Amino acid sequence: MRVMAQIAMVMNLDKCIGCHTCSVTCKQTWTNRPGVEYVWFNNVETRPGQGYPRRYEDQERWKGGWELTAKGRLRPKAGGRVRKLLGIFANPRMPSIQDYYEPWTYDYESLTTAPLSDDVPVARPRSLISNEPATIRWSANWDDNLGGDPSPDPVLEKVSGEVRTAFEEAYMFYLPRICEHCINPSCVASCPSGALYKRAEDGIVLVDQDRCRGWRMCVTGCPYKKVYFNHKTGKAEKCTFCYPRVEVGLPTVCSETCVGRLRYLGVLLYDADRVAEAASVPDERDLYEAQLGLFVDPESPEAAAAGLPADWLEAARRSPVYDLITKYRVALPLHPEYRTLPMVWYVPPLSPVVDALSTTGHDGEDADNLFAAIETLRIPIGYLAELFTAGDPAPVTAALRRLAAMRSYMRAVNLGQEPVVPDAGLPEEELRAMYRLLALAKYDERYVIP
Amino acid sequence: MNAEDLLLKTGRFLRRSATGAGLHTLYLKGGTEGDAFYRDRWSHDKVVRSTHGVNCTGSCSWSVYVKDGIITWETQEIDYPSVGPDRPEYEPRGCPRGAAFSWYTYSPTRIRYPYARSVLVEMYAEARRRLRDPVAAWAEITTNPEKREKYQSARGKGGLVRVTWDLATEMIAAAHVHTIQAYGPDRIAGFSPIPAMSMVSQATGARFVSLIGGAMLSFYDWYADLPVASPQVFGDQTDVPESADWWDAAYLFMWGSNVPVTRTPDAHWMAEARYRGQKVVVVAPDFSDAAKFADEFLSVRPGTDGALAMAMGHVLLKEFFVDRETPYFADYVRRFTDLPFLVTLDERDGAYVPGRFLTAEDLGSQEEAAKWKTVLLAESGEPVVPNGSVGFRWTESGAGRWNLNLDVTPQLTLLGDEAAEVLLPRFDGGHSVRRGVPVRRVAGRLVTTVFDLLLAQYGVQRPGLPGVWPAGYDDAAEPYTPAWQEPITGVPAARVVKIVREFARTAEATEGRCMIILGAGAAQWFHGDTMYRAFLTLLLLTGCQGRNGGGWAHYVGQEKCRTQAGWQLLAGALDWSRPPRQVPGTPFFYLHTGQWRYDHYDAGELASPLARGVFSGRSTADLVAQSVREGWMPMAPAFDRNPLDLGEAEDPIAYTYDELAAGRLRFAADDPDDPRNWPRVLTLWRSNLLGSSAKGNEYFLHHLLGAGSNLENPDPQGAVGKLDLLLTLDFRMTSSTVFSDIVLPAATWYEKHDLSSTDMHPFVHAFNPAISPPWETRTDFAAFHAIARAFSELARGRLGVRKDVVALAYQHDTPGEIAGRPGRPELKVVERDYGAVAAKLAALGPLTEELGIPVKGVTFLPDEEVEWLGQRCGLVPRGAAKGRPELDTEAKACETILALSGVSNGRLATQGFRQLAERTGVSFDGLTSEHHRIVFSDTQTRPMHVAASPEWSGKESHDRRYAPFTINVEHGKPWHTLTGRMHFFLDHEWMHEYGETLPVYRPPLDLAALHGEKGTLRFLTPHSKWSIHSEYQDNLLLLTLSRGGPTIWMSTEDAAALGIADNDWVEAVNRNGVVVARAIVSHRMPPGTVYMYHAQDRLIDVPKSEETGRRGGIHNALTRVLVKPTHLIGGHAQLSYGFNYLGPTGNQRDEITTIRRRSQEVTY
Repeated sequence: MRVMAQIAMVMNLDKCIGCHTCSVTCKQTWTNRPGVEYVWFNNVETRPGQGYPRRYEDQERWKGGWELTAKGRLRPKAGGRVRKLLGIFANPRMPSIQDYYEPWTYDYESLTTAPLSDDVPVARPRSLISNEPATIRWSANWDDNLGGDPSPDPVLEKVSGEVRTAFEEAYMFYLPRICEHCINPSCVASCPSGALYKRAEDGIVLVDQDRCRGWRMCVTGCPYKKVYFNHKTGKAEKCTFCYPRVEVGLPTVCSETCVGRLRYLGVLLYDADRVAEAASVPDERDLYEAQLGLFVDPESPEAAAAGLPADWLEAARRSPVYDLITKYRVALPLHPEYRTLPMVWYVPPLSPVVDALSTTGHDGEDADNLFAAIETLRIPIGYLAELFTAGDPAPVTAALRRLAAMRSYMRAVNLGQEPVVPDAGLPEEELRAMYRLLALAKYDERYVIP
Repeated sequence: MNAEDLLLKTGRFLRRSATGAGLHTLYLKGGTEGDAFYRDRWSHDKVVRSTHGVNCTGSCSWSVYVKDGIITWETQEIDYPSVGPDRPEYEPRGCPRGAAFSWYTYSPTRIRYPYARSVLVEMYAEARRRLRDPVAAWAEITTNPEKREKYQSARGKGGLVRVTWDLATEMIAAAHVHTIQAYGPDRIAGFSPIPAMSMVSQATGARFVSLIGGAMLSFYDWYADLPVASPQVFGDQTDVPESADWWDAAYLFMWGSNVPVTRTPDAHWMAEARYRGQKVVVVAPDFSDAAKFADEFLSVRPGTDGALAMAMGHVLLKEFFVDRETPYFADYVRRFTDLPFLVTLDERDGAYVPGRFLTAEDLGSQEEAAKWKTVLLAESGEPVVPNGSVGFRWTESGAGRWNLNLDVTPQLTLLGDEAAEVLLPRFDGGHSVRRGVPVRRVAGRLVTTVFDLLLAQYGVQRPGLPGVWPAGYDDAAEPYTPAWQEPITGVPAARVVKIVREFARTAEATEGRCMIILGAGAAQWFHGDTMYRAFLTLLLLTGCQGRNGGGWAHYVGQEKCRTQAGWQLLAGALDWSRPPRQVPGTPFFYLHTGQWRYDHYDAGELASPLARGVFSGRSTADLVAQSVREGWMPMAPAFDRNPLDLGEAEDPIAYTYDELAAGRLRFAADDPDDPRNWPRVLTLWRSNLLGSSAKGNEYFLHHLLGAGSNLENPDPQGAVGKLDLLLTLDFRMTSSTVFSDIVLPAATWYEKHDLSSTDMHPFVHAFNPAISPPWETRTDFAAFHAIARAFSELARGRLGVRKDVVALAYQHDTPGEIAGRPGRPELKVVERDYGAVAAKLAALGPLTEELGIPVKGVTFLPDEEVEWLGQRCGLVPRGAAKGRPELDTEAKACETILALSGVSNGRLATQGFRQLAERTGVSFDGLTSEHHRIVFSDTQTRPMHVAASPEWSGKESHDRRYAPFTINVEHGKPWHTLTGRMHFFLDHEWMHEYGETLPVYRPPLDLAALHGEKGTLRFLTPHSKWSIHSEYQDNLLLLTLSRGGPTIWMSTEDAAALGIADNDWVEAVNRNGVVVARAIVSHRMPPGTVYMYHAQDRLIDVPKSEETGRRGGIHNALTRVLVKPTHLIGGHAQLSYGFNYLGPTGNQRDEITTIRRRSQEVTY
């Protein structure tokens, strides 16, 4: 066993209001400069929706992430480096700028400088690529609040039996995304120049700006499409997990400015020797459990013997991320089927009950029919499962039940009644501890950074 | 080993590093050279705390980063004082809009220099050269019809040129002097909303306007953010819980309020409180951002929310009052509401109608103000005049008796003896209902209780009472059953019953910890006040007001300037002269933009079926004029003569009344199109009136400005181009700046000192300059001082010292509340030294300590504070303000506001509570500490927690969240109403006439029937995710995150029927104007309703309309002001005028429109 440490993130989607503060503060801090106008290290997607770049989850087209060979070995889905080198100047697996969006600005100056004419001056849109007048057809957040159609969503396609497009069944939720800083990053494996690397001390995946030669294989290799090409410098850029901040104990910008208070940062320990093994379990539905199996209990002798700095070990023991992922099991990985072993996990969202069912007595707080209610929520379990557990509904249902159990328990406390601990797999102390972490979410408990 | 692995190995050999076992991962220790770029990017020179002065209720504290003297970006501050160990904290308050603000600093829409329209500048320069006098030059241009037409018609059509500050301020000063001289100071108006969002900037301009005798226009009612139900029910403007108090609620409605979008920094409380077991119910037309967080989502047809609430009230009254008396509820309503009070019944058509409150006068009392003392019955059956009604508030004999102490247990109902049938109006079809109430004869009059009337109104039957009653919950024919509301609202009856039962049971179990968050979705209808009264009924009946975690939470506008007293003194220039002119915005704009001309319906058409015909045959404008004549509402101008000329008389007041009586002097409101009665100068700052709040936008452009408009059929009788000067101060280009004659470049929120507060949190904190104002920009403070200096210079010899006759309405929270009818405006004479205006603007005047600072019926006497301020700020060495504390910097103004307000100065708060104790006879000891004190430097360091003060109705302390009316409930302090209790019943004659004495359901207006409006789609303008009003809707970051221009949301069904696809260009057209926008098609929208999110200005990607060939309008191009007469009532206890406190709302939700797909080829 070789124990390595990583700073990981959990986002509680049940609290995400889709406000995009994270997107804006990240953009302002890191990418409001020429060449990366179209780049959002952090973006927020309304789900269902196509996302950014559009339909990035359609790996049949983009070939991101890993696949298993016939012999059960991991191989980049886009093919090995030889194939990539051969196709280096014509890469059909590369999203075009139109798949992201063509960035634009407006002729703002005309509002002040317009000569006397016969109508009100106006600022027309203008492309930041061609400098020509632009027609706006797509953006980093085009799907905002649409709640599904008319945009085809690759995830929704997989659960077509549950597509709900009637007003009475409308649902939506928000999915903020940054680089997953994977344990088994396909971007790193894709780079012919060895410019991408995973930092040994904290697991942050970075592009060495001096070494990058702009091959853009990483863009293709990343199934989350979180490596971007700076068309001014000709180099790849990506979310840095705000390492200049994290190194001095500050949370990432997206975390600290998250006004929904839904992001958690903490240390996770994992066994680096078993990464390939975990990433190559045959059934993709087993990837969630396989990745859980990689994580090392910070209280274990192996963790103590790993030679980690004392503050890292201490942070690992107080890690909110470890608790949410491993102890309470309410956080789940995003698209484990890409086999990159992502390290930004998500607590799935609750939602209101479907109108048609609400008159029949389903009620989220009522302990008696608590579990029945989970299946009547507007967001189909199948959709969440396609996002978080390669289609397996069981872990999603279990996580939602724990959230509902916590609410039910706390409602009794709130009303001054004798609380009953619902049977959701969490003992009372852990229910209360999870409540503290999710509801009170104090700053120094959300972010535990060595 | 295959070729791939070989390459991977090569990669390893190429750089010294460890690879993962699968050879796929390259591990490196950090700190390579390649990292330097991001380290450098993160580095900065300093971080400065500031905030955003935008009407969003956020009041978030932000860190502004500066590198090489350039503002780079901002992130939220996280150092709010803790709210307690067992609750979520405030950090990190902020939203994407705030995070994008620094974009404006160097953006191409930034206004860097003063501008004026070239045609005006040229004419002025020529006349100035020829006449050698600025005022004469201005007079000539504005009175010469050709010249006037030339520059007015050029408004909004480009042609701005850079001018110097000196030239700009000279022209502005000349316009002011000429206007005062030729027409009167009340022809000058200022509009700058929401003081709380930057108090000093607001106050400085308002102070200048007030010093010269100009009229400040109200905004809260004009925005329709004022819930008129609040003064009606609570006798208060608006007082609501801070968002941290949502945590205390066990049951939460979000009703017409999209919390994640409009209260973004606060939304986490809503998400987190659910984890504490709070149940969340969302009521909205669309599947909104808030609905995502709900346990239950009720989709309600727009504008029918009142019907839903009335049906809930029906179930609540039946099950928790009649079938079973709920002890907590029954006790609460006896003590804190008007339900036990007696109401007279008048005979009508063989039955009765409710009259007015029985008073002590009816009982034969000879006491002062006996007709303002209301009566209830003790259990013994004896009529009792309990303490606390308004008759005890303003009388000498009332001292020590204005309290809620009850010596008896009041009878809620008179059930048992006689009964009588009353007629009650209904508006859902049908004439009226006829239902029995128990009655008694008291002092020779037939009376019943408000409670008995309420049960009749809600259709809750009791044995033995005659009349027509619902047969049960499933009786759809009789209001207000669950089955009755179902076809109206679309909400299944069974869900109504289930939810209100849960709500009431929770309230009973928690003693009132049920909350309704209310928003603009409900408030901004013509009948929004009736909706609110139906909601408030649910809260009052269940004992939820004045409780932490309970009650109404109306969040529409950043109305809470916590340091109310100090701000109000500076803004009204009350330290130099009183009273200021403060005029309700809605009737002002209604009259002066000619919108009244387009009201072709009879004001009686919307009256009660039981009305006596008071409104019949009259137009709404007649009712406005009557309200002004009776002294209910003030208006500017007041008279068709210069009030300075009236001041020339030996006894100006007597002279003015005589002239009025003789008919030689007329009220200006009687003929708003007479050029003598026009407003002439309008100054906008911190406001984008024409790109945002101007309902009936095209009428503004045509009638008020004389600019081009999209009005289909403008009334040729209406005046065109009333304003001589439109002046706007802003830092970015807006509709208001492009239509202005002169534009002054303002400093941004990161370039000045100021103060911010909100209703959503209990802190006051500072704006601080991260950089100095760049280019030729100036702070609002500096700009108004420059204007004042130029003005004083020109005015000194021309205007001198004058007497100004100011007409006042009966004021709320003053003895004027019980003046009663027949009314007439009160007149006051104010002396104005026009040469001294600049000196007075820059110093704290002597009336501060001589007359004190009146606030909510008490008066702070800040003698020590004035001395302290003199030491802190320095004394003026010479001139008109010699020896007075200086107010010549923004920081000193901040210091003054904090020193003179009770929330930040415990000595004043304690003074106020002592006065209250004398009046009420109850103690308020312990509510605040005399030693609590916040100075400006405190607020610059971190957000500072304010303390309790008579300025507000709730308690404040470090271990308790702010909730309104906790002082009333816990100390027995009366509400500022007629009975001193919260009101279900409003007995003014005009309330009877409109059928709204009791909570009632009134449907949305039928605009097709009322004035032939076109279209069948409900046109709603809810608040946007991507802007705060018009602010940020032009911000590149947020345009990039949204659709990049104006949009209208519609359902898939409507889009399909109209042949519209997502992102198609469409045109929305009705009688008021035209909108050109792109469609967003989503099934989260209900059919029949379209949303054009609020305040998408015409300046960003708006093409020309196919319909008119002109630039498309803003969201308010399709709306128009409709004045509700009941909002004009004054001089009647809580229904008395207060600036931004009571007045007609500029509601806009009842609008309908047509939409069609237009040619996809657009031209600009």
